Amino acid sequence: MVASDTVITLKGSVEIVSEFFFTAINSILYQRGIYQPETFKRESKYGLTVLTTTDAGLLSYLSNVMSQMSTWLSSGDVQRLVVVVSGIDSGETLERWQFNVSVEDGKTVCTGTDENVNGNVSVSGGEKGKKTVKEVHDEIQAIIRQITASVTFLPLLNEPCSFDLLIYTNKQAVVPQKWVDSDPRYIMNSQEVKLRSFTTSFHQVDSMVTYKEADEWEL
Amino acid sequence: MLPAHLHLILAHSLCSPNMTSNVVDFEDILNNGFSDANTSIRSGARARWERKAQDEDRKFGSSLSDRFIPNRAAMDLEKSSHAIISDRESIGDRTDSELSDDEHTSDSVASDMSEYKTSLLGIDDSKSRILSFSDKAPAPKGDTVNNLEVLYSASSTSRKNKSSTRLVNRHIPSAPTRILDAPDLMDDYYLNLLSWSDTNVLAVALSQTVYLWNAETGAIDELCNVESDGADAHISSVSWIQEGGGHLAVGTSAGKTLLWDVRAQKQLRKMDGHTDRIGALAWNRHILSSGGRDNIIVNHDVRIAEHKTATLSCHTQEVCGLAWSPDGMTLASGANDNKLCLWDATASSSSRPRFQLTEHQAAVKALAWSPHERNLLATGGGTADRCIKFWNTQTGSLLNSVDTGSQVCALQWNPFEKEILSSHGFARNQLCLWKYPTMAKVKELDGHTARVLHMAVSPDGTSVVSAAADETLRFWDVFAPSSKSHTGKRGAAESVGGTKSKQLRTMHTRIR
Repeated sequence: MVASDTVITLKGSVEIVSEFFFTAINSILYQRGIYQPETFKRESKYGLTVLTTTDAGLLSYLSNVMSQMSTWLSSGDVQRLVVVVSGIDSGETLERWQFNVSVEDGKTVCTGTDENVNGNVSVSGGEKGKKTVKEVHDEIQAIIRQITASVTFLPLLNEPCSFDLLIYTNKQAVVPQKWVDSDPRYIMNSQEVKLRSFTTSFHQVDSMVTYKEADEWEL
Repeated sequence: MLPAHLHLILAHSLCSPNMTSNVVDFEDILNNGFSDANTSIRSGARARWERKAQDEDRKFGSSLSDRFIPNRAAMDLEKSSHAIISDRESIGDRTDSELSDDEHTSDSVASDMSEYKTSLLGIDDSKSRILSFSDKAPAPKGDTVNNLEVLYSASSTSRKNKSSTRLVNRHIPSAPTRILDAPDLMDDYYLNLLSWSDTNVLAVALSQTVYLWNAETGAIDELCNVESDGADAHISSVSWIQEGGGHLAVGTSAGKTLLWDVRAQKQLRKMDGHTDRIGALAWNRHILSSGGRDNIIVNHDVRIAEHKTATLSCHTQEVCGLAWSPDGMTLASGANDNKLCLWDATASSSSRPRFQLTEHQAAVKALAWSPHERNLLATGGGTADRCIKFWNTQTGSLLNSVDTGSQVCALQWNPFEKEILSSHGFARNQLCLWKYPTMAKVKELDGHTARVLHMAVSPDGTSVVSAAADETLRFWDVFAPSSKSHTGKRGAAESVGGTKSKQLRTMHTRIR
């Protein structure tokens, strides 16, 4: 059963998606200079060298969020993950990195998320939508490359910035105590750039970044 | 003026009622030939005045004026603009009934908003929750210069400078008045390689050699070197005796403390007591304290043969900062074990420090006693700490702590004002002038291209020299007090200008 080894299961898909989120968040934090570059270490992932943080506080925050993220991904409750970058002094949202998650049933691509609230995804194989891990990793690699390349068009973050993670879930999702409702933290006068997307046969992740348009006199 | 079909109508309306069949014919012609002609014509026979009035209506509107003068007093322009923009974005999703029913009551605005949200963002409020983890990610530590700044040529000038020169009523030049090359200056945080005597001679240790630079004449002398001790040997610290400028203490990598008579160009004493390099030296009249990598501090009485009066051990790692209080009662010592110790002048080898302060989270090298207040000590921490802390050394209490955002390498009080100058490492390699006790940033002095390791203040107290890992010494007139009288100020400014141009000519004089 070599073939079934390379085909992604739901559990594998959740793992891939949350690993992607972890890597993408780290890449954003590094590329946008939100944390000091010397606090990052080089790692090889998806056939790329990616930088992940070594800051203990940040790591524990990310692992907390990611473990809950995995739970929600398995139950199909996640609609999107948003990385909000805001200025510490101004409190203004400067960038919003958005990763929309839609659950697929393995045969057809669903655009709506409400159809799969129970996450009762059919695991029956044989559909042409099935992909190998390698193919998915190639798609992810393209997104990480795009994040790296995005520094060429995003405005310079002039002030010290912090970030926050927002997770859009279904109404029915089980929410642990430590999680609180948040404001969507939209950006006024934003520009939007769509990035690539990838799909395991269970989750499709679309990425995009919105950013505050630089004032003309700043350029 | 009137179109042709109207003439036809006029003709037929004058005809008698028994010609109805003709009328029907006319109407047929009208319907077929002028299918887009308007309804008033199609409606058939009407009184002429009636049609004329309608015609006028169509032409000029009801207001009888030939101009349209809008009245926007009652309009909410912001709302309208929002409606226009949102409309444009979501027009595809809206049905005709919604378009016609565009009344801006608060209810419909709210429903519009959620509708826009749905159509614009693809998220229905009623179906999703936005959640975030209540324990937020730690705020980024330290000061970073965004590496991408090079891509944005103009933005470096637009960077907000948070310092405010309005806090002082004197002019602080932001450029150094003089730059000297200091080749081979060791880039080592734990050494103290710069000292300025009260006779205006600057001693600087460049690797194996101590040079003396006379600030008045600009003359450069080589005092001593440790080349005979081997290739790895180097000078690890220098310190002038407090008064007279006759003697210079030199610490070496071999753990020897040398005492030089500068006028005679002669080594007077070679004192041991350490097993490793001596990174810090401090004078208290005839007592010379030395701190080394072997974690101990030795007090030498330089007058007597048995020079070792006390060995102070409390630190567990290399001692890199030593400073005696101006009243000579307290010795402050900082080390790589992140500890700050305060010792009584009477401390013996068996005594413990008066206080062990463990607030810093990195090596404590920068130490500065306030010349204005007794028992006030300022200390600065290394890369992981980045704080300047102020202590009451009588009680051991922490008075204030400020995160500067980068490694604090040296601290220097302004002898004239309650201000303190700090020198920093990564990322900006700048000097910062702070107002005490508010700790408002007065000025940032940029120029060094590597971390600013050492600072020393001139004997007249007006200028500060900084030595950085970029192997330059820069002189800054930061502490120069403003002149008293207005005329005096002008005269001073002119003379400063005069000397400045002279100094510019001598810029980049190499020390050796």
